[in-house]
Amino acid sequence: QGKFTLLRDTRTDGSFLVHHFLSFYLRAGCKVCFVALLQSFSHYNIVAQKLGVSLTAAKERGQLVFLEGLKSCLDLLFGEEEEQSGQPSPLQFISESASDLRALFDFIRTSLTPAGSDSWKGPVLLVDDLSVLLSLGARPVAVLDFIHYCRVVVCSQLKGNIVVLVHSNEDSEDEENELVVNSLCHHSDLILWVEGLVTGFCKDVHGQIKIIKRVSLELTAEQDLVQIYQYKIQDKNVTFFARGLSAAVL
Amino acid sequence: VFTEEDKYGLYCNLLLKYFLAEGVVCGHDLFVASAKEHPDNILKELPAPLLDGTYRNELGEEATAVKSEDFQDSMKIAWRYQNLPKMEASPTTSTKFGHYYDVSKTMSPELFQSIKWHSFYLPEELSLQPKMKTCNMNSAYARLLQSIQRIIYQEGFDGCDPQKKQKNILRIGIQSLGSVLWGDDICSSDTPEDIHSLTKFLYVLRGLLRKSLSACIITVPAHLIQNKAIMERVTNLSDMVVGLESFIGSERETNPLYKDYHGLVHVHQIPRLNSLICDVSDTKDLAFRLKRKLFTVE
Repeated sequence: QGKFTLLRDTRTDGSFLVHHFLSFYLRAGCKVCFVALLQSFSHYNIVAQKLGVSLTAAKERGQLVFLEGLKSCLDLLFGEEEEQSGQPSPLQFISESASDLRALFDFIRTSLTPAGSDSWKGPVLLVDDLSVLLSLGARPVAVLDFIHYCRVVVCSQLKGNIVVLVHSNEDSEDEENELVVNSLCHHSDLILWVEGLVTGFCKDVHGQIKIIKRVSLELTAEQDLVQIYQYKIQDKNVTFFARGLSAAVL
Repeated sequence: VFTEEDKYGLYCNLLLKYFLAEGVVCGHDLFVASAKEHPDNILKELPAPLLDGTYRNELGEEATAVKSEDFQDSMKIAWRYQNLPKMEASPTTSTKFGHYYDVSKTMSPELFQSIKWHSFYLPEELSLQPKMKTCNMNSAYARLLQSIQRIIYQEGFDGCDPQKKQKNILRIGIQSLGSVLWGDDICSSDTPEDIHSLTKFLYVLRGLLRKSLSACIITVPAHLIQNKAIMERVTNLSDMVVGLESFIGSERETNPLYKDYHGLVHVHQIPRLNSLICDVSDTKDLAFRLKRKLFTVE
């Protein structure tokens, strides 16, 4: 509880981890606020069904608050003035020159603060993916501030968890993104770093995952624990195995 | 689909025309946007489709020309790959998907009669004021987005109008986005004034495509964009990214390995939609060539 997990992908697509955490926390009975910036609701719903969870049902029973970024942005830009309710759009920053993410933070805080009748186990904030905010004009400092505020509320106050996906490339020239990613790494409790194989594409091994438990943050003079596995993604499942021991090789 | 243009824009425009031509043959509606060429002219140059009987003959000619080369050299270092089947140069009839075209002929006007097409030619659109919130976006992009949104809404591609008779698909082709002609300076400056316009445009476009029955192909002169961070962001915002590298004027032109080809196809990203897995083909090294009648990728 109260943990910040960073999902990071390099040279490959780490979104399978997002699908996993989404269905994992929903099955565990947590209240989830999912900020889905890059894909539509139906994309996640179709995959979640393969993993045994219905996002539609979760939404209906109030367990899942789903912010569909693409739709929200369209409503913001093309919506009629009268249609806007009293609440500012969570993605307000796109249309304003002030690029702070306060409206997005307020949306998350409202979604996860428990109402009297709620009986969910622990709140969870899931973000896919944070790097998009930079593409939409948010400054790196604003993004880091936003995450900081989310941690204070979700992790410290509400004792919930946060899982955030970011992209990073080695030799990336996107300095703003690298700044955000490096800063988040320093403050994460757990980092799941997914990378494409250095040797290139392989049909049986889709990539490698590095699991870094930031034990060093606990100030007990211990080193971070690092475990490395390889993985293969299938239609309804992802299999993990020790390096070099993919079923195709054995 | 995001296409990085080849240096002189020859081949990427051909791909754009193929995309649009396929739309005509399938009965889809078209939306063509350009800042430099009037869409009417682009549409006049679509390749003519090859009707069922003739395409096999055309491909047959091509295939025999290729087979006359000696492909039996045994491999010394990459011997493991020796036994892999060669990628089929000409698709077999059982796997026919889409149509084939003769680039030496243009599509006849009768084929256009059954479809609706919409065009956006920037010089003609400058007089209109965008009604949407421009959100600090380059005004040409804002106008284009507004135009696309209006067509999607009016023609019912977003399913909002249940009265609409049949569902159809809108194929959108946008030429040379990001170039100076669109009023963006990312292709002409090391430190562009506004690095977010293009990515914001793509995000909003993505939203429009996701909520409607439409598909879009965009070509971008990526080789002119100095700020590589922009290209990284653009890639993350696209479903599919393909780069065309032509051999014209490059040292590869004289490389004997490439003597039958005009350029390389780099597939940077493929879509992973509605599924954990994506459809990766077995072949990664692709090259293209443009003969008198056919454009092939192999």
